[in-house]
Amino acid sequence: MSNEPLIQIRDMNKFFGNFQALKNINLEVNRGERIVVCGPSGSGKSTMIRCINRLEEHNDGHIIIDGKELTDQIKDINAVRREVGMVFQSFNLFPHMKIIKNLTMAQQLVRNISKTEARKTAMEYLEKVKIPEQADKYPIQLSGGQQQRVAIARALCMKPEIMLFDEPTSALDPEMINEVLEVMVELANEGMTMICVTHEMGFARSIADRVIFMDAGEIVEEAVPTEFFDNPKNERTKEFLSQILTH
Amino acid sequence: MSFDLSLIVESVPMMLAGIGITLKLLVVSGLLGLMLAICLLLMRISGKWYLNIPAQIYIYIFRGTPILVQIFIIYYGLPQFDAIRESIFWPILREPTGCAILALTLNTGAYVSEILRGGVLGVGKGLMEAGSALGLSSRQKFIYITAPIATRLALPAYSNDVISLLKSTALASTITIADMTGIARTIVADTYAPYEIYMSLAVIYMIFTFGIQKLFGAIERYLGRYTKREG
Repeated sequence: MSNEPLIQIRDMNKFFGNFQALKNINLEVNRGERIVVCGPSGSGKSTMIRCINRLEEHNDGHIIIDGKELTDQIKDINAVRREVGMVFQSFNLFPHMKIIKNLTMAQQLVRNISKTEARKTAMEYLEKVKIPEQADKYPIQLSGGQQQRVAIARALCMKPEIMLFDEPTSALDPEMINEVLEVMVELANEGMTMICVTHEMGFARSIADRVIFMDAGEIVEEAVPTEFFDNPKNERTKEFLSQILTH
Repeated sequence: MSFDLSLIVESVPMMLAGIGITLKLLVVSGLLGLMLAICLLLMRISGKWYLNIPAQIYIYIFRGTPILVQIFIIYYGLPQFDAIRESIFWPILREPTGCAILALTLNTGAYVSEILRGGVLGVGKGLMEAGSALGLSSRQKFIYITAPIATRLALPAYSNDVISLLKSTALASTITIADMTGIARTIVADTYAPYEIYMSLAVIYMIFTFGIQKLFGAIERYLGRYTKREG
């Protein structure tokens, strides 16, 4: 295992037409580090993590994942996607497949794992997210919190090195947020490298190694949680924190 | 006016003798048309202009002209060309049934490809992203995610097109084919009793349509099993 950072983003820019969504992003994430990204809506936080597994294409700069640079070559994109798991705000479970199939399909298709082996892995991760009894249901029959836990399990089945979370609790009813956060905390405690876009500040405070604040496509501030919450430097950070913490 | 019940009793079995041909026109052109529609759909969504544009032109032409005119062009028009008469397709194009199946196939293919495209567009973008994030290739995403969901979404509109195709098969009678409508026209020419004969014929088509509706209703329920909260 090298000492090189697992994720390196250098001088990255991203445009949607004429609109610059990301400005000169520089970020390094070490193996096992847990990063929380926050910021107002439209600040580019989702776009940034979506660039890491090429759901968005960066326009210039470099993204290097575990020593492999992300280019427009499909071979490089697939190599990076094999190492990066992603959890979406809207779960995105495949509605026409039972839970177990949601978890085994990509293992079989992408990793060429046998059906028996894939099911075994799937059940292990369903146990881990505490809903093994739901294996033979369809996604619509589960609550939002359960669906999101399945989505986490589905990503973990691919044995990723890195997990990206794109506002994983924003679409959930309040009483379901904790069951998802608990799974994420457990994952963090096991040493998974994680980047979480979230506004769950309690979660950020307890598990993040670093909190990153973005505004208008830029990384404005980057600090350890205590420093970030108790002693923010930048005016925009202060304003943002005052808005989300006063209520 | 008089209403001749015995004429109906006599003529219905005669018209039903044409059921085989009507069904053949429906099933063969339905299946070939579906295959054509899938090809056109793949061209439309390929993202490549040299596939997309020809497919669009094709669809425009076949949706933009009456199917009866298409049948006439194929049956009466094509044989004028030596190249057609010398081609390997001549054994098909020489027969009126071959011409009718060809016309119905080309026509329904254009409509159905647009119906399927509607289904494909209805598949959530988020699901594609989830597939990409898991490392699935474009082909795998299409086969395992897009196709099954799009099929369910397109089914109600597709069943509509199959019913429409059933009724279009009646146009085959204009080029000498003895389908149910063709036979009915012959009987009317003999008996001069259009009201009884055509009313009976209409009822036969309606019963057919009812069967098609029931069939698609069952398929819809099966494909939609994952959309119900109660398992």
